[in-house]
Amino acid sequence: MKPAPFEYIRPESLAQVCELLADDEDARIIAGGQTLVPMLAMRLARPARLIDILRLPGLSGIREEDGAVVVGATTRQAHALQSPLIASAVPLLAQALPWVGHPPTRNRGTVGGSIANADPSAEIPLVAVTLGAEIVFATPQGATSMPADDFFIGPMVTSIMPGDCIRAVRFPVWKHSRVGVGFHEISARKSDFAFVSAAAQVAVDAEGRCIEIALGVGGVGERALRLDVSHLLGTRLDAASIAETVAAATAGLEAANDLHASADYRRRVAATLGARALGDAYANAVEHPEGAVR
Amino acid sequence: MKVELRVNGQIRIADVEPRQTLLDTLRDDLHLTGAHAGCEHGVCGACTVLLDGDAVRSCLIFAVQADGYDITTVEGLAPAPGELSVLQDAFCEAHGMQCGYCTPGMILSAHTLLQRTLTPSREDIVDAISGNICRCTGYGQIVEAVELAADRLRNSNALRATEEVSK
Repeated sequence: MKPAPFEYIRPESLAQVCELLADDEDARIIAGGQTLVPMLAMRLARPARLIDILRLPGLSGIREEDGAVVVGATTRQAHALQSPLIASAVPLLAQALPWVGHPPTRNRGTVGGSIANADPSAEIPLVAVTLGAEIVFATPQGATSMPADDFFIGPMVTSIMPGDCIRAVRFPVWKHSRVGVGFHEISARKSDFAFVSAAAQVAVDAEGRCIEIALGVGGVGERALRLDVSHLLGTRLDAASIAETVAAATAGLEAANDLHASADYRRRVAATLGARALGDAYANAVEHPEGAVR
Repeated sequence: MKVELRVNGQIRIADVEPRQTLLDTLRDDLHLTGAHAGCEHGVCGACTVLLDGDAVRSCLIFAVQADGYDITTVEGLAPAPGELSVLQDAFCEAHGMQCGYCTPGMILSAHTLLQRTLTPSREDIVDAISGNICRCTGYGQIVEAVELAADRLRNSNALRATEEVSK
């Protein structure tokens, strides 16, 4: 369990990071290292160079900007979990973060690292896809961004190009006054990889009718997916309509089949947890008195 | 590469390969064998140390990444040589250990919890040690040890911040 030798570099600027990455295809970025270091220890990854971005100025921090909460790539998951801004403006992320690893891994693990790693069962990518977040990155040609849905391709595969480095994730803020969230996950042990996870965010009007809705599932297939439940818009959600809609939305999902869970099991659990998350989100939204959230 | 590590309040210079973990540096170069090498890939929690007061896994940090941070190992918790911290003493009294392999990690994880609150619920304690694996005790006595330590710290005469007292 000892990594193979590598060269360690701590660059001074993001431009230098992009340069180093573009010049050497065996170079990898390290930030919190909570996934990469185990991969190195098991020699599943053998980069020649590690480029440490954790101390780069300007890459860490949480701020509100143009209708979104911008979470810097090297923001620790533990800091995001304690953030009052995330709790009030991106409640779904706040709800999902306690499921990310354990307290000691959240103290080192970063939000951008979880996005870059693109594990199909990871919670932060699921929230990013569900809410339609933007991934902002630096490239040798300058800054650019991409919707999370285009960013994630498959297990540990993203659209990122050699020379690119994630700078931040922009989570959209729902401006409605009554917003509720729900998050559920099944795994073998607390904080282990999810077999299936489901995240939902719902906004309701004064009469309790649904005016905005988002539901996503993770762990089922090769990447987190947002499901189409839009025909619940304009209705008051009840157990029957939720169950029927989510069952239809999950029925045709391509699901992974492995030692831990069969594809059929994953689809069944996706329907159940999806309905549960949506039910919680709706109940949570209705509970909010007008104007209580934002 | 030369790194300057501040461990338990003292500064030590170590000459390390970049691939050397903080865990191996603490154990092999600084002879602090309190942090234990278990799985060495971030699952078991036996190697837990504090980095600027936060519990982290020292097998998932290279020593070159750790320079400049304040590192606390289990050796740094005792108030004086030959003494035990209240939490360490509670682990002895509640039989919160058998073989002792997970104990330093358990103690440091629980220590950070008790730094935050002296009125933890059972769920708070279980969550705080959820990243630490014990293969002997079944966790019951470990949780009891943390409860006992919280109780003793709460009822001690030590001078504390006012917000803690008012809780």
